[in-house]
Amino acid sequence: MSNRAPRGIIVGHGEFAAGLASAVQQICGLADVFAAVSNRDHPAGELERILREYADNGAEIIFTDLPGGSAANAARRVMRDHPKLVLVTGANLAALLEFALGERCGPATAARTAVEKGRSAMDSSGGES
Amino acid sequence: MAIVLHRIDDRLIHGQVVVGWGRPMGVGFIALVDDTVAASEWEQELYRMGVPPEVTLHFADVSTAQREHAAWESDPRPGILLTADIDTMARLATATRVTEVNLGGIHHAPGRTQRLRYVFLSPDEEQALRTLAATGVRISAKDVPGGKPVELEDLL
Repeated sequence: MSNRAPRGIIVGHGEFAAGLASAVQQICGLADVFAAVSNRDHPAGELERILREYADNGAEIIFTDLPGGSAANAARRVMRDHPKLVLVTGANLAALLEFALGERCGPATAARTAVEKGRSAMDSSGGES
Repeated sequence: MAIVLHRIDDRLIHGQVVVGWGRPMGVGFIALVDDTVAASEWEQELYRMGVPPEVTLHFADVSTAQREHAAWESDPRPGILLTADIDTMARLATATRVTEVNLGGIHHAPGRTQRLRYVFLSPDEEQALRTLAATGVRISAKDVPGGKPVELEDLL
């Protein structure tokens, strides 16, 4: 286990964050890229404090499940005094894998690439009547 | 349809409110009553991002909400009224017809004791709820629509 500070924070409802972080670890063995935070049972101010602490320690991107809501709101509040921090909403596993395994670049570029990968992974098929 | 839910939730607009309650109720508007948010464009923009475009969002301080409440109640669409704390809801209720209040999320803070997983109350807040209930307002806790309601007398 590495003691490096996580580059990305996953925040969401229920076990969303822990589940995605666990999936990343299962697929590529990387346990230290992401920190997982659930918004469950945290008052808004406490969630913001947790995210601010990660940002102070070098986290570059916050990934949230929904575009609006307590996780994204807390992230946006932290971004006011951490202008280089990037928020990605609607995160999925494909986006997180791209961030974890992709070429290291600035957070804005990394976030853009992750969003493209995540968006392209969404598809539907079947259901013919 | 009027206001179908008067809710106290310290997160105000978030997934549980917009998706959990708002979708099945088909809400057409949300009234966010908070003196601080009503005075801040930045805060309002933040909360606006969490609401789908087809849902009207009203921001009001308590005195404005007291004046607007009747108009919201006569809106043909179902709506949710939110406050972040008990005091704001109690002040609103002094001048408006609030018959039922939902405790949806009052989280841990110094001086508060846990009553439910999502409800923590200080002695002053408990008294404020008792006072509000004594005026005829029914108060119960329920975080999501499918949850089991817990009446105030069972909560305290």
